[in-house]
Amino acid sequence: MKAVVTVMLKAGVLDPQGKAIGHALNNLGFAQVGEVRAGKIIELELAETDPAAAKAAAEEMAKKLLANMVIESFKVEIAV
Amino acid sequence: MRAGILLFPGINRERDMVLAVRQSFGTEPRIVWHKETDLTGLDLVIIPGGFSFGDYLRCGAMAAQSPVMRAVRDHAERGGYVLGVCNGFQILTETGLLPGALLRNAGLRFLSMDTMLKVERNDTVFTAKYAKGEVFRAPMAHGDGNYTADEATLDRLEGEGLVAFRYHDENRNGSARAIAGVYSPNLRVLGLMPHPEDLVDPLMGGTDGKPLFDSLAAA
Repeated sequence: MKAVVTVMLKAGVLDPQGKAIGHALNNLGFAQVGEVRAGKIIELELAETDPAAAKAAAEEMAKKLLANMVIESFKVEIAV
Repeated sequence: MRAGILLFPGINRERDMVLAVRQSFGTEPRIVWHKETDLTGLDLVIIPGGFSFGDYLRCGAMAAQSPVMRAVRDHAERGGYVLGVCNGFQILTETGLLPGALLRNAGLRFLSMDTMLKVERNDTVFTAKYAKGEVFRAPMAHGDGNYTADEATLDRLEGEGLVAFRYHDENRNGSARAIAGVYSPNLRVLGLMPHPEDLVDPLMGGTDGKPLFDSLAAA
């Protein structure tokens, strides 16, 4: 079973990388682009068959290591 | 004061730290590999700079989970001294021994240059040989030195006098309230981004960082 963990900087935390991407897109002529936020996606292959257990385990991993809760938030999706 | 210097794969500033300790303490520091767990006999644990575990995931995130850091946590709980510089500071925030986090520099560029630091207080074991308010030169070399914490934490740090150093000339990495280094509540754990160990001998171009190590040696 696969868990997909998306880690993003919390709202309000300055994201200079997102800002730079936004500027680059504006420079390419995509004038409609406003704020850009950049994050990361971590895919986990889990030896689990129960989606709820897989989600709970991935959430614990995110809190302990994958995300820094001081500056980041995360979301876990279970791919079936 | 018996010092140990932690070594993780990817750490590259441990030899500067050895020189600084040797010079000020007059003793040879012990190099502690990241898989070791026994810090018996050490008064001070130093976490040097570099790129532990390739900065994978986040700077310091992998090192924070290593066996030696559990021992460092116990050492700190026993009231032991801890100094983290650059990647060492990032590792200390990742382990939760110091509050806040270090984000990518606001300008996105890796900054390799001298900066000026202001000593916020000189009644700690790390800064006794500086004057309060003294400004000294310290080289910096980091891509992720943009200190951040929530407003309540920043207010608490300032209110409790836990800001160790601030950028005095220019806040190039965008750190909240120009914070360059912070203390733990018991003032025995210090983390900072710039490198005082890089200016401890006239041959290095200056001795601005030496008082920090002399302070520790006298403690």
